[in-house]
Amino acid sequence: MGSLSFSPIISFENITKKFPVRKGFKVQYVHAVRDVSLDVFPGEIISIVGESGCGKTTLLRLLSRIYVEDEGKIVYGSEIVPKKFKRKEELEFRRKVQMIFQDPFSSLNPVKKVHQILGRPLELQKLNNIDERIYEALEEVELTPPKNFINKYPHELSGGERQRVVIARAIITKPSVILADEPTSMLDVSIRAGIMKLMLKIRDDFNTTYLHVTHDLAAARYISDRVAVMYAGMLLEECTADDIVLEPLHPYTQLLRKAAPDPDRLVSEKLGYTGEVPNLITPPKGCPFEPRCKYAMKKCKNFVPPYFRVNKRKVKCFLYEKNN
Amino acid sequence: MLLEVRNLSAGYKSQGKEIEAVKNVSFSLDENDFLGIAGESGCGKSTLLFSILRLLKRPGEIFDGEVFFKGEDILKMDEETLRKKRWKEFSLVTQSAMNALNPVYKIKDQIMDVILEHSDYTKIEALEIIERVLQMVGIQKERMDSYPHQLSGGMKQRVAIAMALVFSPSLVVMDEPTTALDVVVQRSIMEQIDEIRNTNKFSMIFVTHDISLLFEISKRIAIMYAGELVELGQTKQVYLNPLHPYTSGLINSFPKLTKETKEYKGIPGKIPDLSKPIIGCSFKERCQNRKELCNTRPEFKEVIPGRWVACHFPL
Repeated sequence: MGSLSFSPIISFENITKKFPVRKGFKVQYVHAVRDVSLDVFPGEIISIVGESGCGKTTLLRLLSRIYVEDEGKIVYGSEIVPKKFKRKEELEFRRKVQMIFQDPFSSLNPVKKVHQILGRPLELQKLNNIDERIYEALEEVELTPPKNFINKYPHELSGGERQRVVIARAIITKPSVILADEPTSMLDVSIRAGIMKLMLKIRDDFNTTYLHVTHDLAAARYISDRVAVMYAGMLLEECTADDIVLEPLHPYTQLLRKAAPDPDRLVSEKLGYTGEVPNLITPPKGCPFEPRCKYAMKKCKNFVPPYFRVNKRKVKCFLYEKNN
Repeated sequence: MLLEVRNLSAGYKSQGKEIEAVKNVSFSLDENDFLGIAGESGCGKSTLLFSILRLLKRPGEIFDGEVFFKGEDILKMDEETLRKKRWKEFSLVTQSAMNALNPVYKIKDQIMDVILEHSDYTKIEALEIIERVLQMVGIQKERMDSYPHQLSGGMKQRVAIAMALVFSPSLVVMDEPTTALDVVVQRSIMEQIDEIRNTNKFSMIFVTHDISLLFEISKRIAIMYAGELVELGQTKQVYLNPLHPYTSGLINSFPKLTKETKEYKGIPGKIPDLSKPIIGCSFKERCQNRKELCNTRPEFKEVIPGRWVACHFPL
């Protein structure tokens, strides 16, 4: 799991993405992702955590080629993911990289039956034994017996069942990477655990790699091997899932950790005024967290800190400069 | 006792079908209390809140029951008396409160509207009050002249909370007030509410589906399932020692931040169809300890002082 002896299956290398916003004749840019580098190893579950607008979903969408990066490159396996696919390359890429969406109520076509929803990717990929594979996939996502589900429309299913159909659609082409964008946040608490366990089971059975986006630290800790913390388009810290809760290093990670709900907390520490997320059209020149950081130094204002290594972790903060 | 709800039933009528979304709910609330109501989507928590405040709109309808607020039955009050009590005696903050602000009015004008409508204050006095309540929720007074679109989501929600506190009501009902917000903003708003409650005592009913948050912050907690209250008690006691199988299932189905346990169960099955009559305990289909007796409806009764549960075989 995430051992450095393997070569990564996906590498983001200095990825930058900005979106144009028009204001009259002036064009400004929202800097959604800035200089992000991240390696993901085969069979690993990595969670990208952060608040809304931090760029975590943009990063996923860059890999799935819904967006194209402005700078940097994304490497899948040993090849660079092209900015524009040829049809054949695209089919090949889509077969290996699949997505699970947040809202199972809007990610399934309401006028198609489960059978058609699951069969479509197989048809496009021109694969054989479609029916057999559909049954198999439904069993893999624990919708059993499959014949009870195959002729149902999405509205006949509960939220949990729909999300399982979404997962079945993602695994039906036997992908090696699944991008999961907040897969449990729209679901009720009592069925979340089931979906998370299903994701873990699929990883164990097929050695699937997950890029999982969430804002829920507890879920991230439960499901993932490693966690990457994003803030204002930058990746601030990379660590193991336990470290983020037990020993957060970056001041922003510490803030997230303190703010996360925890019924077992005995004494709650006051956050006080914590400031607001910076405007991404004119992001701070230095560290993006500097305006809110209580440890801010002079250089934080003017320079973006590089990554410093603390044990095996990477932290983008000048506080850890002396460790190097 | 500030609020007493007795055998409240409410629901929706459409196309000849009657859906009982809230069934025979009874509970009471003291002065300076903080009751959290937790439950999954469709369990009737919003219907319950809206019924208590008599805000349930058609096709919603209150079928039966009484809601005593300071000794008077809200459900029997005439419209005018009720209207005068709103904002002053009790107020509501909703999930979409931040989007309920009128986009073409400045913040101060919206709050001013509430003040002038419900009191005899002059505009100048009202401005002072606005300044004070905004400060209370952590908004600088310069922001008074802003329009809603100039504020962030968190600030808009703070304005909505400030509006609910203008007349220092004795009951503030909050329906998922922080659900649309990020964790850091959520935490700092909850802190602020806590601080305000320390100085201006008021009672709060707080509804959310974020169960881990509710277990952390509330004083007492009520768990709702399929329109009924299944358990009620001091939050810490309920968390450490749940009596109803559903409560215990809920607690086991979300990952805890600091606990090492790597096993979460979830609850198999799904919520019953509320348009069909439910015989006996509403949770029995999903319950692992169900027995013969569960086919008769369990009563919601006090098993230990302050601790209520609706189960024949409490854990």
